[in-house]
Amino acid sequence: METLVTILAGVLVTVATYLLLSKSLIRVVIGTAMLTHAAHLLIITVPGLKIGSVPILGEGDAGPVDALPQALILTSIVIGFAVTAVSLVLTYRTYQEIGTDKLDQLRGDQDE
Amino acid sequence: MSLLHWAVLSPFLVAILIPFLYKYMKRIHTGWFVLLLPFALFIYFLTFLPVTSSGETILEVLPWVPSLGINFSVYLDGLSLLFVLLITGIGALVVLYSIYYLAKGKERLHNFYVYLLMFMGAMLGVVLSDNLIVVYVFWEVTSIASSLLISYWYSREKSIYGAQKSMYITVFGGLSMLGGFSLLYVITGTFSIRELVANADLIITSGLFLPAMILVLLGAFTKSAQFPFHIWLPDAMEAPTPVSAYLHSATMVKAGIYLVARLTGVFGGTPEWFWIITIAGLTTLLWGSVSAVRQKDLKGILAFSTVSQLGLIMSLLGVGSAAFYFQDGDNALYKTAILAAVFHLINHATFKGSLFMAVGIIDHETGTRDIRKLGGLMTIMPVTATISLVGLASMAGLPPFNGFLSKELFFTGMLNVLDYGIFHLETFGLIIPIVAWVASVFTFLYCLIMFFRTFTGKFDISKLKVKHVHEAPVGMLISPVVLGLLVIIIGLFPGILAYSIIAPAISAILPGILAAGEQFDVHIYHWHGFQPELWMTIGVIILGVLLFLTFRKWENSAFYRGERDLFNYGYDYGYDGLIKGSQWLTRIQMTGRLRDYFIYMCAFIILLMGYTMYRYNLPDIGSLDLSPIPPFMWLIFIVFISSVVVIPFLQNRVAVIVVTGVTGFIVALFFVIFRAPDLALTQLLVETVTVILFMLVFYHLPKLQKEKTAIGIKLVKLLIAGGFGLMMTIISLSAFSLGQEANFPSIAEFFIENSKEEAGGYNVVNVILVDFRGLDTMLEALVVAIATLSVISLIKLRFKGREDV
Repeated sequence: METLVTILAGVLVTVATYLLLSKSLIRVVIGTAMLTHAAHLLIITVPGLKIGSVPILGEGDAGPVDALPQALILTSIVIGFAVTAVSLVLTYRTYQEIGTDKLDQLRGDQDE
Repeated sequence: MSLLHWAVLSPFLVAILIPFLYKYMKRIHTGWFVLLLPFALFIYFLTFLPVTSSGETILEVLPWVPSLGINFSVYLDGLSLLFVLLITGIGALVVLYSIYYLAKGKERLHNFYVYLLMFMGAMLGVVLSDNLIVVYVFWEVTSIASSLLISYWYSREKSIYGAQKSMYITVFGGLSMLGGFSLLYVITGTFSIRELVANADLIITSGLFLPAMILVLLGAFTKSAQFPFHIWLPDAMEAPTPVSAYLHSATMVKAGIYLVARLTGVFGGTPEWFWIITIAGLTTLLWGSVSAVRQKDLKGILAFSTVSQLGLIMSLLGVGSAAFYFQDGDNALYKTAILAAVFHLINHATFKGSLFMAVGIIDHETGTRDIRKLGGLMTIMPVTATISLVGLASMAGLPPFNGFLSKELFFTGMLNVLDYGIFHLETFGLIIPIVAWVASVFTFLYCLIMFFRTFTGKFDISKLKVKHVHEAPVGMLISPVVLGLLVIIIGLFPGILAYSIIAPAISAILPGILAAGEQFDVHIYHWHGFQPELWMTIGVIILGVLLFLTFRKWENSAFYRGERDLFNYGYDYGYDGLIKGSQWLTRIQMTGRLRDYFIYMCAFIILLMGYTMYRYNLPDIGSLDLSPIPPFMWLIFIVFISSVVVIPFLQNRVAVIVVTGVTGFIVALFFVIFRAPDLALTQLLVETVTVILFMLVFYHLPKLQKEKTAIGIKLVKLLIAGGFGLMMTIISLSAFSLGQEANFPSIAEFFIENSKEEAGGYNVVNVILVDFRGLDTMLEALVVAIATLSVISLIKLRFKGREDV
């Protein structure tokens, strides 16, 4: 199953990178969100997806799965959400002030 | 700190006082206060004459950064003393001259004297330091002070150009020199010059010998205006004339000479040192003398003449370095070369200083330095004419002036080369005296041009800007007259210098050649008998006069009219090219487009990781201990992959949000399957809120449009994205496989065992978050707080009507 999830994460990274390379700001933001998903999947997969019970003591007969990656991902999800929220609002404000979300038109002055 | 240390630092200390003296003592020319210092220093250093002439040296060490071997150690021997006396003696005369040259009330005197004192102190530091790093520090201060002085009249464009050029070239050399010094330290483990000389064998046999030597020589050659780095010196003539006289003829340009002489004990005796210095010196000698003939500006002539004379001294040092090959104090053949170098060094400082001052007087009184406008000044300015005559005759090498003596010695030294049987001299040796002779002819020629064009002929006031031309005030004439007298005195009685200054200087340049207690035998004669040198001098005079008499014929030739040095074109084009090239380079890579920067980053990561994998035979996907795939997973995979892949192709806004949400919810589903209930919960909530946020924002955004990109760019995007995804997959797989191979025990057991005992909780994930690793959670909360505040300020704060919205 690890191979499969890793390939899945690879596809996610591919699509995310493709979105990052696009012209519209909103697609870039979606790309970063996709990249976050890929990272989370990899964090939980790479240590190994061994069969076990949920990491709550006293639940299930088999030993619980590794809890540390889960704690890391939980932290990461929240941070990822905060960043996505800020970039979304930034996109919204950019469009309000400048009137475009096309990255080609957001290039600044010649002598910057 | 000894008195010698204070002597080196005194100009800097006095420089601090100058602005106050300038401001509060307006009635007295600031120069008078300055004059006291070089004069006192000159007297002070004269007291060391008995010490060095008896062969003794003085070493005073002041720790600066002892842990790095950097000490401000002052070392005084014959060579240092010679330079110190030149610096302070001519310094005093130049300050005196400048008092009359720069008018009180019109010029910014405080700037001038601060820079000049800064230069004087730095120059004393260069020649008195025994530590290479200290030498380097003072060396760069001379570069900076020189640039400041060249750009003294900073509102003139040419001054700025000249200052910038000299700065670039000398700092380039200075940095190379620092590299050379560092290599010497790598070889020997010391920055002390005396210890380097003691370890000369170690350096010569080292593999770093040649790079170290070339780097150090780059510093010496750029500072001493050797070919092809001489181009900064003629442009430095925009400086006030006292500066030209002091820095660009007598002292700073001799710093490179000093360095070469000082390090002869380290590198001397090797063919590389011999040939590089000799060839550089002779080329400079010839090029400088030929270029000087073409100049129309008096200071231009003197600048190129300085270049040429510096080449002469340099070539003599090169030839004389052969002394270390023979290791024999009695060998008179090469000794004359070093003798000639030291002697000419003194002579050049005297006559070139006086000539610059004379030119300054002419400029000051007539308002021009152009030889095409001048003429017939002999009767109007008799004293200046006499000084110039003495200086020029000495420079041309006529008896009974000191230039004659050193030129004869120069010829002797160069002819002696023919007798060496070393360094392939039997093949190429003959070129050396021939080049020296041709250069002397041109030297003679420009001396004739300078004198006869300025002082004889018709005096034409209409070409001049001033109404009335007369002799300079007495104060202005004192310094050149003193120097002119020195030219005559040294010329008539060279013996007074022989054992007091020259012999100690030679033994400092050639350390270890003589046994203790011996002295170099210095005899300088006017009359050698009918030796080849005499015939060479006569030949120089005859040919020089002939060329001057036929001057009118080639006056209109392209050679004579093309005044500008050819190498300036190289410098200017190189400079422009560098600027244009870097602008071009910046413009093609800094496009301002986010996409391009992403491409650089991703491409770089792909290349770097790809190369690393190739280099270390990755991916190492060996035996994978995989967990089984439950059948329902396939269905989820298919839904997930298809929803992910479709996102870039969607044009409908709502569809994009929905599909993005679907992927997020499937990720939550994965967390359920991977037995992570807390993750699944959080992911669900966060994904819901994110979708709501997207919905809110989308409402205010323009409609998604189909991206019109060229097929080529699309392919690049696909390639980069695919490569990046593939690379991540491979890295993850090999990390997984390597992790299994290594089979380290996981820390997970610890958390499971101690969750209840230590923290009193059953939910291990939550215990980790708030107890074992609570700091992460705290800062994560901070991130959310900051994000909230950012969102609020982004929406609330609006600066209307301002440019920087």
